Amino acid sequence: MAAIETEGLVKVYRSGGSEVRALDGVDLEVQEGTVLGLLGPNGAGKTTTVRILATLLRADAGRATVAGLDVARDAQAVRKVIGLSGQYAAVDENLTGRENLWMFGRLYRLSSGDARRRADELLEQFGLEDAADRVAKTYSGGMRRRLDLAGALVGRPQLLFLDEPTTGLDPRGRLGMWDVIRGQVREGTTLLLTTQYLEEADALADEIAVVDHGRIIARGTSDQLKAQVGGERIEVVVRHPDDLRRAVATLAPDGGSTCDRHTRRVTVAALGGAQELVDVVRRLDEARIEVDDVGLRRPTLDDVFLTLTGHAAEEAEGEEDDDAVEELAA
Amino acid sequence: MSAFAEAVSDGRVVAWRNLKRIPRIPELAIFAILQSIMFVVLFAFVFGGAIPLPGGGSYKEYLMPGIYIQTLAFASITTAIGMADDMNKGLIDRFRSLPMARSAVLSGRTSADVVYNAGILVVLMLSGLVVGWRVHGTVGDFVLAILLMLMFTFTMAWIGVLLGLLVKTVENAQQLGFLVIFPLTFVSSAFVPIETLPSVLKPIAEWNPVSALVSATRDLFGNPNPYPSDSWPGEHALLLSFVWTIGLLAVFAPLAVRRYRSIER
Repeated sequence: MAAIETEGLVKVYRSGGSEVRALDGVDLEVQEGTVLGLLGPNGAGKTTTVRILATLLRADAGRATVAGLDVARDAQAVRKVIGLSGQYAAVDENLTGRENLWMFGRLYRLSSGDARRRADELLEQFGLEDAADRVAKTYSGGMRRRLDLAGALVGRPQLLFLDEPTTGLDPRGRLGMWDVIRGQVREGTTLLLTTQYLEEADALADEIAVVDHGRIIARGTSDQLKAQVGGERIEVVVRHPDDLRRAVATLAPDGGSTCDRHTRRVTVAALGGAQELVDVVRRLDEARIEVDDVGLRRPTLDDVFLTLTGHAAEEAEGEEDDDAVEELAA
Repeated sequence: MSAFAEAVSDGRVVAWRNLKRIPRIPELAIFAILQSIMFVVLFAFVFGGAIPLPGGGSYKEYLMPGIYIQTLAFASITTAIGMADDMNKGLIDRFRSLPMARSAVLSGRTSADVVYNAGILVVLMLSGLVVGWRVHGTVGDFVLAILLMLMFTFTMAWIGVLLGLLVKTVENAQQLGFLVIFPLTFVSSAFVPIETLPSVLKPIAEWNPVSALVSATRDLFGNPNPYPSDSWPGEHALLLSFVWTIGLLAVFAPLAVRRYRSIER
């Protein structure tokens, strides 16, 4: 059975005369015990999708079921089987970690004793025992996120929604968070995760759905997507702008490169990986083209978008969308 | 458990959370008390001498019930700020994603506010005794006055909850709260006898719920309470204050619940 199923989800935010179509027909299916990564830039519709599935928001059209329950009609039953951890750490910063978890446990209708035991368990599991009796205000960003995630797990949910769980964390915090999430998935929890980072979807998700302007524009395993995008890239920054044309001819005689005149950068797909990088350096040297930088880099969200849509991930427009959403909240 | 018992249990958990926070943000209580004491000093010692009471009596005894009611009214701004803060921090989203009773977030908040403000009231009454305020009525009347004030706090908390849910930011909650509560407390008999007001403001002040509350508590404490001789609201202050408190609660609590249910962000 599919743990999550949506069909033609539409959400339109209206403010004044303007309309923002945050979701424009989203179809999703997540099998029990698997991880789906919803990948897209800000404002693509990731958060809106999660909010509808977590019963915080009603869709304007379409249908969604979670664990076989309709999110609009059986909202309260849905809430019993899900856990939500959002982009902004939703814990009470004036309560201690232990108190926060105890409170959530009580609100999941655990007895006071059970809530206390569950809190202890989670504090240990998330490495927060030492900080358990400090108010959450004093926690680092990574600790807060872990506490937030622990809060989502108090009720032992069958389904977990994580909305950008590592946005704003430093690299160490991010890796720590990944470990914790992987542990949860090993225990069999179905997970829907949103992220802006291809790398993160790659590390955590069984399947990735790419979202843009409220639509799913591609889905598949991480390998399938990368094959579509064309794997790694070689980037060359030439020293003299006059050499750009020759550099393009040297790197990709048959075309297929992109070239940025401003940054004097030429990018080309590297199907042969590191060996190809060595060849490129040799050819550039033979052509006597001076370079400032040469390197191999993994495809990013931008490459995915460039390949799939022909446009870059539009950060600025996305933020506008977010504002529109906030305005309507008032 | 029945749905009602669950709602009560959830409400208690939320109330526990709101009370637990109070000693950890001591500046909230300290500023609330300091602000009230500042008003006491301002009116009792600075303006008080220039405010003669029709029919005589101690201005300080006249003033203190006004200070109590004013403080309880201003507390609704703190409620509004707390609500707006919970919304912005995502805590309300968390609560809304839990299988808890929908009413509990609001009932827990407002009942915790009653407990918190009862504490503030004790401190203020002690300061009142220091500056010369005295209770002359019976014990029964005293208890009734306290009960009335706590009911008023509860009502004001619901108004604060609604304000907090209507605005976008903590700053807006503060501004909107001030805009509503400031005229409510100052165009009343809290600080000056209604007879001294210009005729345009007189009827407003006479029927103002704050005036009703202040008059009723003055009467119950046995403090001086001059009002215009033919004033129906002045003569029926106790009845009027119950009508106001319950009436406002009956209007604003459902509005706040409706607003909470329709939150969509």
